[in-house]
Amino acid sequence: MSYEATFRVWRGDAEGGELTDFQVEVNDGEVVLDVVHRIQATQAPDLAVRWNCKAGKCGSCSAEINGRPRLMCMTRMSTLPPDETVTITPMRTFPVLRDLVTDVGFNYQKAREIPSFIPPQGVKPGEYRMQQEDVNRSQEFRKCIECFLCQNTCHVVRDHEENKPAFAGPRFLMRVAELDMHPLDAAADSGLDRKATAQEEHGLGYCNITKCCTEVCPEGIKITDNALIPLKERAVDRKYDPLVWLGSKIGLRRG
Amino acid sequence: MTEVERHGFDVVVVGAGGAGLRAAIEAREHGKRTAIICKSLFGKAHTVMAEGGIAASMGNVNDQDNWQVHFRDTMRGGKFLNHWRMAELHAKEAPERVWELETWGALFDRTKDGKISQRNFGGHEYPRLAHVGDRTGLELIRTLQQKVVSLQQEDFREHGDYEARIKVFQEYTVTRVLKDGDRVSGVFGYQRESGRFFVIEAPAVVLATGGIGKSFKVTSNSWEYTGDGHALALLAGASLINMEFVQFHPTGMVWPPSVKGILVTESVRGDGGVLRNSDGKRFMFEYIPDVFREKYAETEEEGDRWYQDQANNRRPPELLPRDEVARAINSEVKAGRGTPHGGVFLDVSTRLPAEEIRRRLPSMHHQFKELADVDITAEPMEVGPTCHYVMGGVEVDPDTASSCVPGLFAAGEVAGGMHGSNRLGGNSLSDLLVFGRRAGLHAAQYAEAAQEDRPLVEQEQIDAAAEEALAPFSAEGGENPYGLHQELQQSMNDLVGIIRREGEMEEALQRLAVLRERAVNAGVEGHRQFNPGWHLALDLRNMLLVSECVARAALEREESRGGHTREDHPTMAAEWRRVLLACSLADKPVPGEGAIVLQRKANPAIREDLLGLFGVDELKKYLTEDELPGAEADLPPQRADTDAEKKSENGAEH
Repeated sequence: MSYEATFRVWRGDAEGGELTDFQVEVNDGEVVLDVVHRIQATQAPDLAVRWNCKAGKCGSCSAEINGRPRLMCMTRMSTLPPDETVTITPMRTFPVLRDLVTDVGFNYQKAREIPSFIPPQGVKPGEYRMQQEDVNRSQEFRKCIECFLCQNTCHVVRDHEENKPAFAGPRFLMRVAELDMHPLDAAADSGLDRKATAQEEHGLGYCNITKCCTEVCPEGIKITDNALIPLKERAVDRKYDPLVWLGSKIGLRRG
Repeated sequence: MTEVERHGFDVVVVGAGGAGLRAAIEAREHGKRTAIICKSLFGKAHTVMAEGGIAASMGNVNDQDNWQVHFRDTMRGGKFLNHWRMAELHAKEAPERVWELETWGALFDRTKDGKISQRNFGGHEYPRLAHVGDRTGLELIRTLQQKVVSLQQEDFREHGDYEARIKVFQEYTVTRVLKDGDRVSGVFGYQRESGRFFVIEAPAVVLATGGIGKSFKVTSNSWEYTGDGHALALLAGASLINMEFVQFHPTGMVWPPSVKGILVTESVRGDGGVLRNSDGKRFMFEYIPDVFREKYAETEEEGDRWYQDQANNRRPPELLPRDEVARAINSEVKAGRGTPHGGVFLDVSTRLPAEEIRRRLPSMHHQFKELADVDITAEPMEVGPTCHYVMGGVEVDPDTASSCVPGLFAAGEVAGGMHGSNRLGGNSLSDLLVFGRRAGLHAAQYAEAAQEDRPLVEQEQIDAAAEEALAPFSAEGGENPYGLHQELQQSMNDLVGIIRREGEMEEALQRLAVLRERAVNAGVEGHRQFNPGWHLALDLRNMLLVSECVARAALEREESRGGHTREDHPTMAAEWRRVLLACSLADKPVPGEGAIVLQRKANPAIREDLLGLFGVDELKKYLTEDELPGAEADLPPQRADTDAEKKSENGAEH
């Protein structure tokens, strides 16, 4: 089954741009990225788009489809109404380079600011012992494919350029949580308090647990519930965070 | 004179997948200033798609495992064509490489006693694959990526500069390796974002660019797999071996068409999944080849018992090496016993509880649900062969990973020899780590030795490389590069695919010659800033070169072995095991003719003590009479496997 769809794709660069309409064939079982590739191959060979695996594993083809942040390779055409125009725009939080490609350097900069795993002293390679139930929590966060959709969606930075220097964003606060929950991370022994740094250096306090990040995560990671809120709860012992207090009063978290 | 962005480093690693990052980490740890060139964003390389695990004989699940058993499995999987020394180093060093990842923060699935869990996989005698659900590649790449970041943090503390000693050039593509006389002097390429050119001067270059799958229509490979490193090596004067051996993974998705080829992990079978044809029959029992007959179950009951009791039962034939399973599926479909969409059924839903499937195979569950509306906990998947891996690659010294060009190293999929004619699942990620580290180490040592007399980059070569790269902008009435690419993929799929015939390969070579002529005129619209049409036009050169290598070598090898099946020469010939086909660039390619010349080389003889790990009866299936170990008088005429096992236990180094 094939039909003709109207795609409205943002084209331009840092100087500006506009939505451009394409009439393009859509076939059974296709995803949005297939259709974008067809536009490239038949109508606009220089249409810039990032993609790698086309299987939802690499997190390269993030964009906003009809205003919703999504992976183009995991958005099936059958989930979109065939008689309506499909609008694709680049992620809004990051500066546009060209067409659907944005400068995601912000994320790589933030990644560098999170202190790395600190191996335990005196435990040799091959001698690491951990129970599955103790690694489950960090493993959930390590499912992250770094599509940066959560970073793009988080309202702390989405329309607030001024917050970017102080805020690591959900992906990298989750990285702090991941290391904090790693059974053998030796940060504490070396004098590094990961919970405190989340609050003091990576802007955890800006997060007001609206769960937008969780909603857009293509891996279904419960970023807010499992990473950010526990981090806040741990941080709250040291620092009063009115949002955690509020959250606990209005039932945003359990227990 | 061409304007370029210029940098100077000691070691340049081209490619930022598992092998590239592991090489870069090693070079940097040896104090060398190291550049990593990444065709896409950092952390997105094809390694991320690896699912099943990393093969390493740690013996965490079955303590009978050791490097000798792993070596034997690897040689059997590769039908003894493997370079024995690479297979030996790989089997010996893989456990250390896996354990080291834990010290960098990797979190593998655990056994009950808290060790790294290991799973069964095709061709591996014992549970051997360290894994994280079915997203092991993601864990590997993220761990290496984060290790690079931690080295950068170290540099920041010491030098106030994250990039003092290791720098990642994201979305940079190399189009030429530069040389000073015989030696490597650096690399030339373009930046995707701006389209501007760059040169990195360096005495040592490590190629770690992965594979060639994008030359085929149905493939599990990502867009980057255009054979760049293979082509760069050829153009720099190195040779490629074993290019005829292309692995078709038996289980790719077949429906819907847009996802055709996407990988369905072998773990599905390792964890109990079975293959059935449209009659509901577990057909793999019909396809056990003679060389493997003693190792595989003859009945479904025995195969099923094996999952619980491996000591007293033989493994089910669904876990034969990939080449065998892919051919079997191909035959079933051809015989009219395929599924509605031209595959076979892979069923795990009747084999494991739904909850267990979701826990062990979360990505597969997600992938089928999202892309095909199939719930794998309730119904079977439809699967068929997909181009997955190239065994062939740059001919390297096994110990140092260096090519015949001084200063040029290669590791991972772009290197040849390790896997022989067929790679076992799980041996790729371990290969990346073992030989990535070796390439980084030896590149660092080579760069150290070259400090006094660093090679120079000639302007002339830069100008020529720039001219070549800009040609698509001035092509008259240019051909659409997307169209050319599709024709190439269709030709390779149809004519040099899983089953090969002489006439078809000759036709393929003719078509490739024509395509190469047309590709010279591949034209692009627009400007140089992030222009995918331009990038594809440049990648076409590489895909056409490697495709010719595959077709030419496949035409020459008149036998069937591993990832090379000739319908007109259906059996394996011991004489051919001694022959390696080496491809190099023709001096003066004639228009309309080939760009590649083929040379026969001797496959180095396997060291005696390693041959001793096998029974003579088994060796007779692979080797010629005069290659069999020692004089007949020295050895008992029949050496049972169990004797070899005893020997290997005693001789274990790890």
